[in-house]
Amino acid sequence: MDELLALAFGALLAGGTYLMLARTLLRVAVGLLLLSNAVNIAIFAAGRVLGRIPPLVEPGAQALAAGTANPLPQALILTAIVISFGLTAFSLVLVHAAHRAYGTVDPDALREAEPPGLPAADPAAAAAAEPPTRRPPPTPAAREAA
Amino acid sequence: MPAAAEADLLLVLPLALPLLACALGAVLWRFPMAQRGLTLAAAFALLVAAIALLAHVAARGGPVASQMGGWPAPFGITLVADLLSAALVAAAALVYAAVAVYGCADGPTEREEQLYHPLLSGLMLGVCGAFLAGDVFNLYVWFEVMLIASFGLLAVGGGRAQLDAGVKYLALNMVATTVLLFAVALLYGMTGTLNMADLARRVPEVENRGAVAAVALLFLGAFGMKAAAFPLFYWLPASYHTATPQVGAVFAALLTKVGVYGVFRLFTLVFAGTAEWMPWVLGAVAVATMITGTLGAVAHWDVRRILAFNVIGSVGVMLVGAAVATPLAIAGAVFYVLQDVLVKANLFLVAGAIRRAGGSYALARLGGLWRREPLLGLLFLLPALSLAGLPPLAGFWGKVLLVRSGLEAEAYVIAVAVLVAGLVALYSMLRIWTEAFWKEAPEEAPLAPHRMGAAERWLMLGPAAVLALLTLSLGLWAEPLLAFALAAGEQLTAGREAYLNAVLGGAAAP
Repeated sequence: MDELLALAFGALLAGGTYLMLARTLLRVAVGLLLLSNAVNIAIFAAGRVLGRIPPLVEPGAQALAAGTANPLPQALILTAIVISFGLTAFSLVLVHAAHRAYGTVDPDALREAEPPGLPAADPAAAAAAEPPTRRPPPTPAAREAA
Repeated sequence: MPAAAEADLLLVLPLALPLLACALGAVLWRFPMAQRGLTLAAAFALLVAAIALLAHVAARGGPVASQMGGWPAPFGITLVADLLSAALVAAAALVYAAVAVYGCADGPTEREEQLYHPLLSGLMLGVCGAFLAGDVFNLYVWFEVMLIASFGLLAVGGGRAQLDAGVKYLALNMVATTVLLFAVALLYGMTGTLNMADLARRVPEVENRGAVAAVALLFLGAFGMKAAAFPLFYWLPASYHTATPQVGAVFAALLTKVGVYGVFRLFTLVFAGTAEWMPWVLGAVAVATMITGTLGAVAHWDVRRILAFNVIGSVGVMLVGAAVATPLAIAGAVFYVLQDVLVKANLFLVAGAIRRAGGSYALARLGGLWRREPLLGLLFLLPALSLAGLPPLAGFWGKVLLVRSGLEAEAYVIAVAVLVAGLVALYSMLRIWTEAFWKEAPEEAPLAPHRMGAAERWLMLGPAAVLALLTLSLGLWAEPLLAFALAAGEQLTAGREAYLNAVLGGAAAP
């Protein structure tokens, strides 16, 4: 079982890293998702795969019987899944917003926060390299009104 | 009230207040002015609660712990406050209050209808939670709370530049938290526990020292990326300068500090003496961070970009404390971290006022502000000189302790690097001073110079003035904070047993 988990971890880690190196933001987002799931498997393996009996203490007993599953990793993974779900949802929305604003999902084309030409040798050149401050894209409601 | 119940209440309040403000703010999303009042009330209530917690911890003379839900220590969720974490919570609350007041300078904005206030409260919740967490998994969860709120704060109501910055900030920080979670998993696999006090007892018993060192490096990488340490800081100068002044102030003052706090907590408590080469790694990271950060600041001609790179430079100075790791070094780092929270918030708020008064952030388009806004110039100069570490300001004393500890530990390179980085930071700050304040205003101003109204001026400059006065008085009257920092340094090194006893109830190791 440990070998299987290790293989799954390796495959997810490799896939996630490969996707994160892509020049498409959508692939980067999916890569992050794979990476966080690889870590979930690592947590599961770190808690040792002990057995299949549900971790419930029998009436009158003080501790879990031998061969019960370790409940703690499952609680940790559940928390991590919820967090990574939220973050993935947010990153997809962000990628969508970036696509709407820039018309591309190539991270190399997003150069407005760090424009080419910076750092510059003198203040005038630096000021010229900064993109002009533009208004944020209109909200859907504003576009409908227009 | 019995002592235990009082400790429980004091430890829970710094989390309950921002959480409440976050929930109520989300309900009131349509009403910006009501949300403003809520944020102001929550910020000042948090400040009072944090000062009460600090006084309680200082009066007790040792760390205070509280077991959530009454579960005994290594099994349940524990909140712990020692001098360092209580002081950081108080400093965070002060920044929250300053930003809440500063935000009232404008009329209601569109951002405030896009959940700016709940996100700000959520960020404070994550920051306070990370400072008070007693186990590594909850530390990770609080990091995530802080992170998702900071993503939102950076992106809401923003334009193209914010989206660009948000993408890079999100991608790199998500990798960092994933690495942090992986490190937590490995640590749990090796020791079977997540409670930091329990870990402090069990990690030295682990036989595979190489694996412990590898996990320690993973933690260092994850916290280093959060703290913007060399070579993992690229997300910071790519994003911080696009945030609004309030958000920039909170980010610069608090987010990197949480990463630095993580390094200090784990490398003094859990990984103390893990490997002989660990101080060398930390020292190299610290020196490289402060040199690259301050040199990056010199390469730019935009107020916010210069400040963003100086955030990195200061992180390097703080990490010196973890590298040298004598009680004196840690005391110096504590002193420097606390004054840096004030200085960074102050500088970013002043940058917002410079933009308001001068019409631009680009130094080429600024000028003549000293003649028009002398108070603004003074409020810039005080934190700027404290950042560089000039007497009689607070930054000077932090650097004195750090340099002295470096010399005593015969880490001469580190001591010299702190001084050199201070000089370079001074040069970058004086560049803003000469260009924006001292030189004549340029002929074609980009926007018509804005004359600030009385209410606007006091709401913008008032919080900055309070922070600058604190920086000045902590420099002129440094003795109380110095004594405090030395006590905190003592707690983190020789006083480890007290932390373990506070959390685990003095129980002998099983």
